[in-house]
Formats: sequence, structure tokens, C-alpha cells
Amino acid sequence: MNLYQKRRLINGINLTLSMVAMGFGLFWLGWILWTLLDQGFSSVSLNVFTKMTPPPGSSGGLLNAIAGSLAMTLAGVVVGTPVGILAGTYLAEFGQKGWLAPVTRFINDILLSAPSIVIGLFVYEIYVASTHHFSGWAGAIALALIVVPVVVRTTENMLKLVPNGLREAAAALGAPHWKVIVLITLRASKAGIVTGILLALSRISGETAPLLFTALNNSFWSIDMNAPMANLPVVIFQFAMSPYDDWHKLAWAGALLITFGVLGLNILTRIIFRSKTTLH
Amino acid sequence: MDAQKSLKTKIEVRNLNFYYGKYHALRSINLSIPEKRVTAFIGPSGCGKSTLLRTMNCMYSLYPNQKAVGEILLDDENIIDGKRDLNSLRAKIGMVFQKPTPFPMSIYDNISFGVKLHEKLNRGDMDDRVEWALKKAALWEEVKDKLRQSGDSLSGGQQQRLCIARGIAVKPEVILLDEPASALDPISTARIEELITELKEDYTIVIVTHNMQQAARVSDFTAYLYLGELIEFGETTSIFTTPKQKATEDYITGRFG
Repeated sequence: MNLYQKRRLINGINLTLSMVAMGFGLFWLGWILWTLLDQGFSSVSLNVFTKMTPPPGSSGGLLNAIAGSLAMTLAGVVVGTPVGILAGTYLAEFGQKGWLAPVTRFINDILLSAPSIVIGLFVYEIYVASTHHFSGWAGAIALALIVVPVVVRTTENMLKLVPNGLREAAAALGAPHWKVIVLITLRASKAGIVTGILLALSRISGETAPLLFTALNNSFWSIDMNAPMANLPVVIFQFAMSPYDDWHKLAWAGALLITFGVLGLNILTRIIFRSKTTLH
Repeated sequence: MDAQKSLKTKIEVRNLNFYYGKYHALRSINLSIPEKRVTAFIGPSGCGKSTLLRTMNCMYSLYPNQKAVGEILLDDENIIDGKRDLNSLRAKIGMVFQKPTPFPMSIYDNISFGVKLHEKLNRGDMDDRVEWALKKAALWEEVKDKLRQSGDSLSGGQQQRLCIARGIAVKPEVILLDEPASALDPISTARIEELITELKEDYTIVIVTHNMQQAARVSDFTAYLYLGELIEFGETTSIFTTPKQKATEDYITGRFG
């Protein structure tokens, strides 16, 4: 066997192994998706969007859970995003020297990989235990704590991609540092930062553990953020564990809604990224 | 050196030393840059010519480990003692970089960005200023119908002229050019060189270039730097025809570098 045949053989072996690995991953993903679509679509009806979560045996929907999920996810993103963008900007633009930035970066990385149940317990301890009741705000705070590290990371990474020449060019015109950041570097990395926010949004829209200890659940229509609040992940968790068939169906419908929501967000992210890359 | 004496000095560098951390990049530089003339810095890579240029608008102050010691006098006022407000200094001393750096905004906003930092103009005056700067940079005819388009949509040569227009719009007294044509094709380079010759009527220009023919074509004075030291400085014609130093002669005749 000469050198070229040998190379071709090694290439063939590695390519085959890669394809097998990819097939293995896709197989499970496809199975999960297929089960979800199959069970979900047969369970989705208009009732899902118009009625409240029912007691076992009667008909109902997920309206209160959908509303609760939207309210808490939005509140979580609205609270977490500014903190994340500001901290990420600090790390990227001011974090070259000193000890504060490396320490912050390290803690942020820990927070990024912290199990979400720990965050749920933390908010339970500092907020729910002191107010003596579960609430939508507690849920929103827990979700915000998950948003922050994701946004910090992407903001820092995106700002670091901005070529230094752009900063120098703006400074050379006599722009003060804060104007360079606000008008030039943040603007140049806008698409990437928005992508990070959307990623955080899709991450928290399916989180169950942090809501279990904070927002709990509510069988009735409620948009009072100071009261326990229904939400899709906890409803899915509760209904899927139950022995009732109609609850199972609603759990599938809820899972389908979250999946499509996240899918929609991801498609949106890609569209934003594509328009960014064609610009340059 | 006689012609140089009779000209007014715009920037005077006195005993300037520059450090990147511990690395001593410029050694005791002394140099007078005459007003409304083109002064070129030449020398092999790493000789300190860009470093010297970047001290003149205190660009190094963006980086915590870079330090300049000595004096740089702009109209007899020291600009590197830390007392001078850098933003108003940079309004007087514009800079164009090697790589075109259009801001992520429209062509119009690219020009008005710098102006807005220092002046409050009404809409009509700003329009006039943008047109004036683009005309000065010989870009107006090409972009007058697409001022709202992104600066990124222009070609490399146009982007570089946009950056020059952006610098001129602030109405500086000095323009620093850091290898402004090294990333451009020959036609764009020729346009930039023409532009430099026109601009010296109104501005003091300092240009760093790798290209010795370019230095010979556009500059009135030339400084040759090597390993952080100023080897020779004088009128471009005499530097290129009768250099006093052997090292300068070796470099410009291509025997070295």
C-alpha cells in the first residue's frame, strides 16, 4: 500500500466513524422529536389556548400556564438583560487589568454552568422564605439569574470580536471612552448581543427546576406577579407524572408549545446572524 | 536643512523615549515637523515609525502598559505631560489608519460622528460640512447619491477616503496617516497620494509608509528610523539623493531592509 492509498483509507475510516457518531446523535433527537410531534399534535386543540388547567377528569387547557410562562420569561429577560449587557461591557472594555474582571469572569462561568435547581433553591431561601409565599416575581428572579451569565458571556465575546482599530479610530476623532463604547462597539456587536439574549430566552423558557421552588403553580387565571403563578414547565412536570390520561395529553401539548417557541426563537436568531454576516 | 529652518514648526519632538512595558521602542527622538508640509517616516518593520506617529495624538494612552517620556510640543504646548485634554487634542490632530475602519453606520453618519463630538451644528450646516469633507477627500462624486448607505458597502479605497473625510470633517490642524495606502490597489493608492498633495495646502501631514517611492513622491521631508532611533531627517530630495548617513543610503537603495 503506498502513501496515498494509506491516507485515503485513514480518511475513509475517520469519515465513517464521524458519520456513525452523527447518525447516533440524530437518531435519538429524531425519536424524541417524532414522539413529541405525534403525541403533541394529537393533543393540541383550541381548548389548549382558551381554557384553564383543569382538575382531573374534566376538559381544560393551558391558558393560565401559557400566560404565566410568558409573563415570567419576559420579566426574567427584562431584569437579566441590562445587568448582563452592562457586566459584559465592563469585562470586555475595562477588564484588561486588575483583579476584579478575572474574578467576575470566573464566577460568571460558574454561574453559567450551575444546575438551575440550585438557583431555584437560592431564590426560595432569600425571597420565597422571607415573603412566606410563592410568587411570579420569585420565578422571574430565578429566571433572571439564569439569563445574566448567558448574556454576560455573549456580550463580552461579541465585544471582543470588534476590531481594536474601530475603537482607536473613534478615539482618534476625540470621542471619550463611553461614547466609543455606546456609539461604536456596542453598535457594531448589536446582532451578536441580541442573539445572546434570544439564546438566554430559549434557555429559560423550558426551565422547570427554578420555578418549582419559586412560582410553584396555580390552577386558576392569575397575572398577579405577587401570587403563585402557573407556568408550562411545572404544569408539564405535574401533569406528566399524574395517572390521568387527559392530563397526559395536556402535558404533551405544553411540551410541543415550548419546543415550537424555542424553535421559532432559534430560527429568528439565525436570520439575525445571517443578515449580520451578509452586511460585512 | 535650511529650507526646514525657515518654516514654522508645527510639532516639535524633544528627547522622546517610548516603552511597551519594558521594551524600549523609541530612543531619544528629536525632530521638528514643519507646518503645512508632508513629513514621511520611513524605515524597516519594527523600527518605531508607527509608534512615533501614535505618540503625536497620544494613541498609546488607550493601553495601560505603554508609556512615553519626553516632550512633544504642538504649537509650543507639551501634549504628553498628561495635563492636556486628549479629546480636544484629537480634534486638532486627526489620524487615518492602515486598515480602513468605517464605523457601523451610514456614510453620512460616519462623517458627522466626529463633528458632533466637538461642535453643535444644525441640520443644514451639518449637511454642508459632510459635503465639504467628502469633496475634500475626493469622494463626494462617488457617494453623493448614497449617503444613507452603510459605510461598509464601499470599496476598500473608498472606505479609506471616507476615513480621511471623517478626519478632515473635524477640521484638524494636523493629519497623521499610518500607512494609509498599504492595503489598497495601485489606482486607489494614486488617488490617496494626489489627495495628500492637495491637503498639504491646509494641513500639516505626517505619513508613515513602507513604500519608499511613495515617500519620495508625496513628502517634503523624510525621517529615517532604525531600531527605535532617528538616523536621519531632512528634506526628502536630499535624503533620497545625497543621504548623509551610510545606513540611510543602504536602506533607500534597497541594500538593506
